[in-house]
Amino acid sequence: MKYILMMMMSKDNMKADPITSWPHEDIQAHIGFMMNLNRELRASGNLVSAEGLAGPEQAVIVRAGQDGAPVTDGVFPESKEFLAGYWIVDVETTGQAYAIAARASAAPGPGGIPLNMPIEVRQVMSGPPEEFV
Amino acid sequence: MAGSWDDGAEPMLRELAPQVLGAVIRRFRDFAAAEDAVQEALIAAVVQWPRDGVPENPRAWLIQVAARRMTDHQRSESARRRRETDAAMHYGYLAPAPDFEPDSMQDDTLILLFMCCHPALTPSSAIALTLRAVGGLTTAEIARAFLVPEATMAQRISRAKQSIRSSGVPFRLPTQQERAERLRSALHVLYLIFNEGYTSSDGLELQRCELSLEAIRLTRAVHSLLPENAEVLGLLALMLLTDARRAARTGPNGELIPLAEQDRSLWDQGRIVEGVRLISTALPKGAVGPYQLQAAVAAVHDEAVRVEDTDWPQILALYEVLRRMSDNPMVELNYAVAVAMVHGTARGLALVGALDQGGRLAGHHRLHAVRAHLLETAGEGPGAIEEYLLAAGRTTSQPERNYLLTRAARLRDAVAARDPGPAMRRLPRLDHSD
Repeated sequence: MKYILMMMMSKDNMKADPITSWPHEDIQAHIGFMMNLNRELRASGNLVSAEGLAGPEQAVIVRAGQDGAPVTDGVFPESKEFLAGYWIVDVETTGQAYAIAARASAAPGPGGIPLNMPIEVRQVMSGPPEEFV
Repeated sequence: MAGSWDDGAEPMLRELAPQVLGAVIRRFRDFAAAEDAVQEALIAAVVQWPRDGVPENPRAWLIQVAARRMTDHQRSESARRRRETDAAMHYGYLAPAPDFEPDSMQDDTLILLFMCCHPALTPSSAIALTLRAVGGLTTAEIARAFLVPEATMAQRISRAKQSIRSSGVPFRLPTQQERAERLRSALHVLYLIFNEGYTSSDGLELQRCELSLEAIRLTRAVHSLLPENAEVLGLLALMLLTDARRAARTGPNGELIPLAEQDRSLWDQGRIVEGVRLISTALPKGAVGPYQLQAAVAAVHDEAVRVEDTDWPQILALYEVLRRMSDNPMVELNYAVAVAMVHGTARGLALVGALDQGGRLAGHHRLHAVRAHLLETAGEGPGAIEEYLLAAGRTTSQPERNYLLTRAARLRDAVAARDPGPAMRRLPRLDHSD
């Protein structure tokens, strides 16, 4: 079963200050933790993909115009909540996906204290059952 | 008669692949089908050679098997073609065609490279096709190196072959006039392959530095085909002089280490010596091109035993020539850095400011990063922190963002401690000078 683990950031749900204000050792510890987590997930065969996203200060909303051409809105520099990055993991049970999310959630923040940031976990829909193919 | 299959056999297959492919395309004029046929021939070799021994003339063996596959393929395509392919098959079995001469083998590799790097292809298609056809990498290997699924890469390669077919690029050596232009595209593609491996190493994906090594191998091959070409020499030198610093560029967690802080004892002296020798051969040859100039800059950096020994006036002089030659805003930015190092940060910052106003680089993360470094050097901590964070918000490279965030934080810690610390002598991060 595949799950997407989405790291949601917002002013309200973060207990700590934004990473841009942390002491440098704490930033390095945080980065090292994330890289180590990805390395482990890759080694265990659970990692399908993991990506960090560019900052929300560059995000725009796109809709199709009358002629189907893209019409953009934004940039929205003050977004309240944004997706900072995600993992897609392949696991046997929902519990394993939750366990991975909990580990990621506990990434160290300022002073090495776990951030316990919210990670949204949702199952990735699978292909049609065989009898439909 | 037959040689034994040993460790040297697989690299030999990789070397032979583009020559065989070139020969088969020359004869059958169908890139996509020839590629499939050569893949099949290579697979046949991997199965048969360890068992039966390596044939006396491996290249001829591969061409013959691939040609047989081609005729099978074409025969099944239509009855009309059958007569022609029977004739071709006849050739294939009895004697090598006149254009299978070893001399034209070399040309075939070059034509193949020019074909794969045709200006009609997008850079990403050209890169994929070059690695596949000239480099002999499998689709899976290329996909791994670019961190995309194999199906995505297979699509990209198939689209590239399709564009070659529909653009009607002929399989022949371009005319003398076209050749300089084609070579420029080919060198650019090799440069992009090198950069893909070099700039995005995140400490986890070892495959990516293999991409740099593959670019070096292919550029060496082009150099052996065109030994007198100064820009080929320049590009090879640039790659070697840049790759020489690889071990010192990243820390244990994949964090970027800028040039000024690298442990220079980790630099690969063999590569530096070879790169310096190549660039010294190239420069007196006359027409000096951008790769030679960049290689010369890299050589100046690599030859400084300590960072403070760096010959900045010479680097500045090289950038002065380079900016007259190219219309590249990154060159302007690097020039501003060199000016700062020679004539003081105020002059450098003024040039960076002009670039920010001037358009193409306005708001670019590199520009903010350079300004941050210059402000840090000038002791303007708060301004530098602000610029580091602007740069961090705009880069789309994870290791680079990590580096910029860490840099800002370290500076803030230093400012908070009212101790400017050892941070004052840091050089900006350049394209290849980090």
